[in-house]
Amino acid sequence: MIEQYIMSVFIYVCIYIILTLSLNISLGYTGLINLGHIALFGIGAYSSTLLMMNLDLPFIISFLSAGIITSLFGLLLVFATKKLKGDYFALATLGFSFVIYSLLLNLVGLTRGPLGIPGIPKPSFFGITLTTTFSYLLFAIFITALCVFIIYKIVHSPFGRLLQATRDDEIGLRVLGKNTNLLKYKSMMISAFFAAIAGSLFAHYITFIDPTSFVLHEVILLLTMVIVGGIASFKGSIIAPFIIILIPELLRFLSIPSAILGPMRQIIYAFILLLILYYKPRGLFGRVDLA
Amino acid sequence: MKQNLIKQNLITIKNLKKSFGGINALDNCSLEIKKNKITAIIGPNGSGKSTLFHAISHLISADSGEIYLDENEISPNMPDYWIASLGIARTFQDARLFRNLTIQDHLEIALSQNDDSLLKSLFGKKENFDEKIKEILHLVGLNKPLNTLATDLSYGQRKLLDLAAAIAKPHSIMLLDEPVAGVNPVLRNEIKHILKELHKKGETIVIIEHDMNFIMDLVDYIYVFDYGAVIAEGIPKEIQDNKKVLEAYLGD
Repeated sequence: MIEQYIMSVFIYVCIYIILTLSLNISLGYTGLINLGHIALFGIGAYSSTLLMMNLDLPFIISFLSAGIITSLFGLLLVFATKKLKGDYFALATLGFSFVIYSLLLNLVGLTRGPLGIPGIPKPSFFGITLTTTFSYLLFAIFITALCVFIIYKIVHSPFGRLLQATRDDEIGLRVLGKNTNLLKYKSMMISAFFAAIAGSLFAHYITFIDPTSFVLHEVILLLTMVIVGGIASFKGSIIAPFIIILIPELLRFLSIPSAILGPMRQIIYAFILLLILYYKPRGLFGRVDLA
Repeated sequence: MKQNLIKQNLITIKNLKKSFGGINALDNCSLEIKKNKITAIIGPNGSGKSTLFHAISHLISADSGEIYLDENEISPNMPDYWIASLGIARTFQDARLFRNLTIQDHLEIALSQNDDSLLKSLFGKKENFDEKIKEILHLVGLNKPLNTLATDLSYGQRKLLDLAAAIAKPHSIMLLDEPVAGVNPVLRNEIKHILKELHKKGETIVIIEHDMNFIMDLVDYIYVFDYGAVIAEGIPKEIQDNKKVLEAYLGD
């Protein structure tokens, strides 16, 4: 029983590693203060689920299509807000996450609204279905490793360097002949693609999704991970999910009533965040200096 | 005859106007930038010099007037990055650097033509600019390790890196906005030397400068700005003795 629990915690860690890294592409590397990432995660989870359940598509196709659909939503978000900068952009993306939440809640015909979608099939390919938690953990680790590798390649390539230059001085980059709008579109699409991969991994693991999994406090959790790890820190994005997820999980062993456990977690997140901001304002591994 | 004139010019500006809420930053400004020459634009604070650079590089859009690059009119709707890729390199009064990137990053970004493609960037042949970077840094005399972050450079070094990036960027003309403002006298002379070297190589340069003494033995031609209009033009010697110029600088 305890093994099941531990494995399940590590599956969450995997999902959050992908989410944190993908958020760091748009937020950390490109400097787009993107508060709508959780909505992209939700779109990924719902697309993959609906494609598989309604259209009977094979898992792998749904999984990848969810990424493509979500990256189009990411493009839509950044295209619609292309005139907005800084805080205004952040507000617009926050608005985007509320819009998506409302859509998930109210497009009852498609999403079943507040009832959520139960019975999401487990991934299967080449005739193998991942029914056990252990097999899912292996699958999650494999996908996470693949995402980590690809994102590493992207952010350390000349293209990734341009994203950082966009963050540091957009005008300075434009006068060197680079189309920073296009760079932002691409960055957001890549970021959204990996958010969807995480969303799909999430949906097919817990086999039930409803709109409440994609609300504001999830954004806060995600931002906490990015900040604790460090803005635009690759290593930080991998290590922070371990810290942020594992530390509150330890509380479960203290036989605290669940009514207290929930708020207690929030207190711990806040406490970790405050400690980091006080002692390491750039995060554990961050070196990026935002003007 | 008129066509011929334009041919010798790299940039021709006709009746450029720009006003900011009733104040004319550029007032029917017309000028010609000759190929392979250094042209200076001087004038008191707020006389529209930087506004002219911003208008040429489309960081602001002019209200009316025409700008020609070689013989082609630049469409007013062309985005700024496009103007840059037509071959206009520029620097700013306050160097616009990427604070978390290194010296090498800056120059590679300036030199590279296809780093904005993700696929080429991931799977294409790695571009090697090492020789070029060495050459440019030698020219501007910036001898810091290549992996130094821009944020760790001093004011003068930042100016040099900004200049180096403008040189590295493929260009046919360089617009330098006060390259020696706030720079110590030693570095000032070094920058003058760099500009002379660039001149020898046949570069076309436009330089905004306050200090007459700095440009007198450096440039080929001078335009004097006041209230957004050209009040005088000529070779340095003519400008030095021009009454109007003295008035604009010193008052009546």
